[in-house]
Amino acid sequence: MLPTEVVIQITYLIATALFILSLKWLSSPATAARGVRAGELGMLLAIAGTLLHHGIVDYKWIAIALVLGSIIGVPLGLVQMTAVPQRTALSHAFGSLCVTLVGTAEYYLRAPDVPRFMMSVLSLEVILGSLTITGSLMAAGKLQEVLPQRPITYRGQNFVNLALLTSAVAVAVYLVLHPSQTYLFPLLLAIPMLFGVMMIVPIGGADMPTVISLLNSYAGLSAAAMGFVLDSKLLIIAGALDGASGFILSLKMSKAMNRSFSNVLFGAFGQEQVSAKAGVESRPVRIATPEEAAAILAAASKVVIIPGYGMAVAQAQHKVRELYDNLSKRGVDVKFGIHPVAGRMPGHMNVLLAEADIPYDKLLDMDEVNPDMPQTDVALVIGANDVTNPAARTDTTSPIYGMPILDVDKARTVMVIKRSMAAGFAGIDNPLYYLDKTLMLFGDAKGFVGSIVRELSGGGHG
Amino acid sequence: MNLDLFTSLYVFMLAGFMGFEVIRRVSPLLHTPLMSLTNALSAISVIGAILLAGEHKSTLSTVLGTIAVVAATSNVVGGFLITDRMLRMFKSSRTPKP
Repeated sequence: MLPTEVVIQITYLIATALFILSLKWLSSPATAARGVRAGELGMLLAIAGTLLHHGIVDYKWIAIALVLGSIIGVPLGLVQMTAVPQRTALSHAFGSLCVTLVGTAEYYLRAPDVPRFMMSVLSLEVILGSLTITGSLMAAGKLQEVLPQRPITYRGQNFVNLALLTSAVAVAVYLVLHPSQTYLFPLLLAIPMLFGVMMIVPIGGADMPTVISLLNSYAGLSAAAMGFVLDSKLLIIAGALDGASGFILSLKMSKAMNRSFSNVLFGAFGQEQVSAKAGVESRPVRIATPEEAAAILAAASKVVIIPGYGMAVAQAQHKVRELYDNLSKRGVDVKFGIHPVAGRMPGHMNVLLAEADIPYDKLLDMDEVNPDMPQTDVALVIGANDVTNPAARTDTTSPIYGMPILDVDKARTVMVIKRSMAAGFAGIDNPLYYLDKTLMLFGDAKGFVGSIVRELSGGGHG
Repeated sequence: MNLDLFTSLYVFMLAGFMGFEVIRRVSPLLHTPLMSLTNALSAISVIGAILLAGEHKSTLSTVLGTIAVVAATSNVVGGFLITDRMLRMFKSSRTPKP
């Protein structure tokens, strides 16, 4: 081994250790910042080490690309917190674009003599990479609302998807056996790209946390496959960590939506839409004004706020913080109950509320907050629907039966801020709204919370 | 098949198990930063792209490598930046605000 090669390998070894520490430190908010530093240092070391490589004959394009990538990366790192889901989807697309391009170049450099194992991992790399590129772009488009968000389903959808995936695998197998058939390689890019599009077509907003996690996992696994192709242990480990992370998140999300493991693996989302039963809308509900809501909240000693995507859409998190501040000053114990799939990506609500300066120890998991529900005076639901639907516990015919929910119906009083009585994403009526203890607060989340805060401040106690 | 490939498979398997154990402990609170951080870390694929862009083995590989470096670098820079921004927002009520 050349001395420079030894130096390069040592930088990679240290980078690997730093990457692992980075994720370890991320497990708690107290050490998380240190985790980012470790990751950055590892990345710098690995890139610096790579630049020492004796095979590099020209630095011009590398330098241009590094500068250009940084110029694109900075605005992507500075997006609004509400845009984080689509930014994340976009970054999965960029990551897998890199992997797919490298895989393509490696194939044409090595063809026609590609050993079978090499061809197998190369195929895996570009299949996973290509479908993640288009799948993530589609997801980002839906989240950014440049594409229609309604799930599009048609007859034979699963068959079409399965046929696409099977044909991609068939091409891959043929290429493993006959790697010199270079004309087939573009199919290994095109078919999975089409599959990626078709995979996201039936996806609606509530499925996004699961889908983004799954794409995260695919992006990581394709990077690990690239590590096999390039014989880079660092890349294998980083890819495996990313893949494992996406996999764990997919599992957690699917569990939170009561979907099976195989359901996740094969991405069979976008279950059939259930049309809301006619007639249920005519049942009476109790409606309250901001004044009444404020009076009830001020008299409570324990309040749990349940945020959902509606809060994010209305950008109501800062008003919610004002409400939190006001109630806390009055000595009301205010906590937040966050469902794992609330919002459009894992942890979405936590980031928005943290941005609004709400202390993270007030943000509780579903499992942490549910045991306290019976002792809670007021459960205030802001822009969440299906995750509070008691039918998931009791109605075996409900499409969401079995899904773990926040037990808001066990609180003494329930208040729901909602634009109208329209059904949630799953198209299912929510019996919670018709309970005697439930008060419906109709209006825009931001406006309504603002009115409550004004009432509370106007009372002379603020 | 050579032994290197098996070594790589062992490395992959061990890293997968370790990743599972380490990441399982990450609080749901930090799931969004977790995703942006792992995304930045897996952009380490930039090292493979840098070699392609710099080794000039063929025009195709140089062009694809250069585009790949741009894509991965944007993930490195953007990923670390946004993770850092998000983590700065997480404050505890037990520690006084700065």
